[in-house]
Amino acid sequence: MRNIWIICRKELRSYFVSPIAYLLLAMFAIIFAFFFWNVLGYFVYLGMESQMRGEMFPMNLNEQVIRPLVSNVSVIGLFFIPMITMRLFAEEKRSGTIELLITSPIRDTEIVLGKWLASLILYATFLLITAVNFIWLFKYGNPDWKPLAVAYLGLLLQAGALLAIGIFISTLTRNQIVAGVATFGVCLLLWVLEWVAGYETAAWAQILAYLSVVTHFESFAKGLLSSKDAVYYATVIILGLFLTVRSVESLRWRS
Amino acid sequence: MISVRDLTKKYARNAAVDHISFEVGKGQIVGFLGPNGAGKTTTMRVLTCFLPPTSGGASVAGFDVLEQPLEVKRRIGYLPETPPLYLEMRTSEYLAFVGRIKGLRGAELDKRINFVLDRCAVADVKSKVLGKLSKGYRQRVGLAQAIIHNPDVLILDEPTAGLDPKQINETRDLIKSLAGDHTIILSTHILPEVEQTCQQVIIINKGKLVATDSVNNLQNRARGAGSVLIEIASGNGTLDAGGAKSRLELVAGVTRVLLKDSGEYGLRFEVEGHNDRAIRGDLVRAIVESGWDLLELRSAAVSLEEVFLQLTGASGEDTKPSEAPNIEPAAAGAQA
Repeated sequence: MRNIWIICRKELRSYFVSPIAYLLLAMFAIIFAFFFWNVLGYFVYLGMESQMRGEMFPMNLNEQVIRPLVSNVSVIGLFFIPMITMRLFAEEKRSGTIELLITSPIRDTEIVLGKWLASLILYATFLLITAVNFIWLFKYGNPDWKPLAVAYLGLLLQAGALLAIGIFISTLTRNQIVAGVATFGVCLLLWVLEWVAGYETAAWAQILAYLSVVTHFESFAKGLLSSKDAVYYATVIILGLFLTVRSVESLRWRS
Repeated sequence: MISVRDLTKKYARNAAVDHISFEVGKGQIVGFLGPNGAGKTTTMRVLTCFLPPTSGGASVAGFDVLEQPLEVKRRIGYLPETPPLYLEMRTSEYLAFVGRIKGLRGAELDKRINFVLDRCAVADVKSKVLGKLSKGYRQRVGLAQAIIHNPDVLILDEPTAGLDPKQINETRDLIKSLAGDHTIILSTHILPEVEQTCQQVIIINKGKLVATDSVNNLQNRARGAGSVLIEIASGNGTLDAGGAKSRLELVAGVTRVLLKDSGEYGLRFEVEGHNDRAIRGDLVRAIVESGWDLLELRSAAVSLEEVFLQLTGASGEDTKPSEAPNIEPAAAGAQA
């Protein structure tokens, strides 16, 4: 347990000592703010429209601002996650420091969990920063905070799953760019898999749609805590981390 | 302290290490010698539990590398060929991280950090970023991380590779000074390094054990057992190989005369006696009295370098055959 924390702290330090973390953080905050501004602008436009027509549409901050917003964030997460995970093992392999980790009296599982935890904490920091935007919603409006909290939990779970996949891919190469591009490809594929459900109802299409990370986010975006979807994310996290540990073990056989 | 039994490691179909066995006693400095690609790094990686052996086994301080890797890792300090440094970290921070993953905590960790900073002469760069350090400093920081948890065994893979001569000397002195507390295996392809720092030598080539012996024994074997090389020219007398050989054999104390080759200016002989110093005077007198010119007379002793080249068969062409001593490679597994 202690070793996991030692590795995690080291990874967080190296994120924050280089410009990577700040750059990603700034980009994430800017893009999020843009989305926020957009959905809010549309919401205000709808409000004016309803006043001009003299008929009242039902207006709801949770449904019309928060829900589309977190859905967008879940998509931009796909772009940010490869940039967080690509260096985690590829860099250690390139610089030879992996030899230090593997010949130290710590378990491979502890190394992997430590790194995954660090990447998750970094992503959680991104999400935390975006919470600033909601101050305005709560100041001038009256949204329900619980669905928002559930949505953020969903974002974190989804990120955890994709980060686990990204870390696994990072163990497969010593080239960060290769790891990043491959992770991005896999993330993108996991996102668009659900499209087949749009025109096909056969079992295979349903399976593909089930595998898509985005399908499982919908309930969280609505503010519903769905155990079925939480189990999906937990499964992907465990599977990804399990594969990572096996891959780290196999570094010895392959190298 | 270290015991390697019949160790084999194969990559695909090639055996990088082929049935190697050796033992290293407590407190010794052992030089692990071989040309590049001989299997030195592979053997060391097995000892550090980085690679599992294909067959055979190894144990460190009584713990098997396959059965109890965590126990082995606790007792080993390892410096790979390129020091495993996180270049964005500061020296003291890096040592603290390594200390923690090696299991040190709190006050003890601080104590050990200060100790190794001092011991490896890197205290003056303790708050510098590792990426900005010179190669010599990086190597010493690498050594510092290897000894931070005061391991019983130190495994150093080419610790002086790529350093300048001054840094090489500093590093060697440092390694020698560590010998009292630790058992050290150091790999190298540089012979003087072994002569200067090690007590025992393990020579491997192409994955096979060629010789294990103490440095002294190996040097003695290399000295060519009291042989002298002479070159003589005809001068005033007549010189033919057979006549010269039989004349030289008559000199007191000479046990054997070998015609090495007939050069451009004269003939070269290797003359063996029980004591090469004692026979030299008589040899010279005999040559001069026969009316020949003595062009050269020198000891047939060779450096460890030549023994090594011969044992590993690395480059027979580079050493003149006339100078190569007749040394039988030690039987594999021979113990010092």
